[in-house]
Amino acid sequence: MIEVKNISKSFDGQQVLTDISTVFEKGKTNLIIGQSGSGKTVLMKCCIGLFDVDSGKVVFEGLNFSALSERKKRETRKEMGVLFQGGALFDSYTVEENVMFPLNMFTKMSFEEKLDRVNDVLKRVNLDNANRKFPAELSGGMIKRVAIARAIAMNPKYLFCDEPNSGLDPKTAELIDALISELTQEYNMTTVINTHDMNSVLQIGQNIVFINKGRLWWEGNNKEILKTDNPELNEFVFATELTRRIKR
Amino acid sequence: MGLLQTIGDYVLLMIQTFRRPDKGKVFRKQLFIDFQHLGFDSIGIVAFISLFVGAIIAMQMAYNIDSPLVPLYLIGYTTKQMMILEISPTIMSLILAGKVGSSIASEIGTMRVTEQIDALKVMGINPANYLILPKITAAVIYNPILVIFSIGIGLFGGWVAVSITGITSPVDFVVGLQSWPAPFDIAYAMIKTVVFAFIIASVSGYKGYTVKGGSVEVGRASTKAVVTSSILIIVFDLLLTQMLLT
Ligand SMILES: Nc1ncnc2c1ncn2[C@@H]1O[C@H](COP(=O)(O)OP(=O)(O)OP(=O)(O)O)[C@@H](O)[C@H]1O
Ligand SMILES: [Mg+2]
Repeated sequence: MIEVKNISKSFDGQQVLTDISTVFEKGKTNLIIGQSGSGKTVLMKCCIGLFDVDSGKVVFEGLNFSALSERKKRETRKEMGVLFQGGALFDSYTVEENVMFPLNMFTKMSFEEKLDRVNDVLKRVNLDNANRKFPAELSGGMIKRVAIARAIAMNPKYLFCDEPNSGLDPKTAELIDALISELTQEYNMTTVINTHDMNSVLQIGQNIVFINKGRLWWEGNNKEILKTDNPELNEFVFATELTRRIKR
Repeated sequence: MGLLQTIGDYVLLMIQTFRRPDKGKVFRKQLFIDFQHLGFDSIGIVAFISLFVGAIIAMQMAYNIDSPLVPLYLIGYTTKQMMILEISPTIMSLILAGKVGSSIASEIGTMRVTEQIDALKVMGINPANYLILPKITAAVIYNPILVIFSIGIGLFGGWVAVSITGITSPVDFVVGLQSWPAPFDIAYAMIKTVVFAFIIASVSGYKGYTVKGGSVEVGRASTKAVVTSSILIIVFDLLLTQMLLT
């Protein structure tokens, strides 16, 4: 469980997040939704401590993460898997080396065990023939999938995914959503996903927070979201022809 | 940003850098890669420049020393002294600042703007330690080897120039090389080289690590890394010479 308590964040006077409080529950897929530029990525980076918050705190299982020293934060971070919006693969390493990287750093597994684990997670993201390729030789969707594989390689307690399925075809996108929600249940992870994909919202939105103009605008789940009368949320949800048809 | 602030940030980064690596095996692997990248790959340029500069210095010395009263072996001796005291440690370090410094700054800078450093950080790794420490270690170990090599090649270049042009006899030249051996001169050269190597790797690492923005800023950081480390090399050359030779 991750508790976000009253966090605010600004950059050189530009207020990006204002007084956001919410709870990301364990064993559930928690979605942060909102328009492009609404502050989803900033909120996620505040949670993992890449941005220092101006005020408020983020609490991991009772531990006030925001107040920890950089060295202590490292311990909590070893239990996190993070998928960055751009993938952030190490470009001098192959796919295999990228996924194996956290295993090399933090486990005493033998090479064979590590390779098994790598192939296992790569298979789960439907990538079994790319071990020797470098990130520059991959398509955008493949980069995303390798990055997900790297994020889950260590069986993290907390999984953060910044737009895991943007840039993927609908079928792969659905597969990734299903994979993330499956892993969340299997390992009882606390999963936080940034997305503006309505299909993900409907498929895996067990707990949804809607951010608008840097404020928490609405909270609920994928059943409630279709019945909401919040005008800004309605505008977001029913922005596409597809969702409008579902409503009718 | 003020100079004091920059120095403060640099010192803080170095404190983070000089920590025990998370995993010795991973560190040694990185170190090996950096030996290859920063050291081994520079042998060609160092050899080429040293050979020519050695030859040029020998010829200039011969041109200057044409009074019959001055013994000819001084051509070999002064060439040797110039190579050991200044040309190899300082000029080679300046050249390595261009080659190695820009490569360190752009590699680390690119990792910064593509969030690879953030990715390391959220895995629970100390990115400064993981990325910068092997590079500093590699430079501090490898640059002295390159400088010794440069001295050798430079003197060989001088001998070749003397032999081809016949400005003096190669035998006199070799006698000059052997006269007044001064082991402390070599020590002075090595001390300078180690300090310069540290400057190159740490300043370039700092410039890359603190990039903000995109590819344009990475390019700018890599230029700044070369300019700043070159200036510092010259300043420290003066300071160390004052401390060690006077
Ligand atoms: N490092 C930064 N420095 C200054 N401003 C920033 C920084 N990062 C984000 N911002 C600003 O914060 C606001 C929110 O950005 P953010 O990246 O969180 O949007 P987002 O909701 O993730 O959008 P998208 O769906 O397009 O990824 C934007 O106005 C952006 O300009
Ligand atoms: Mg974003």
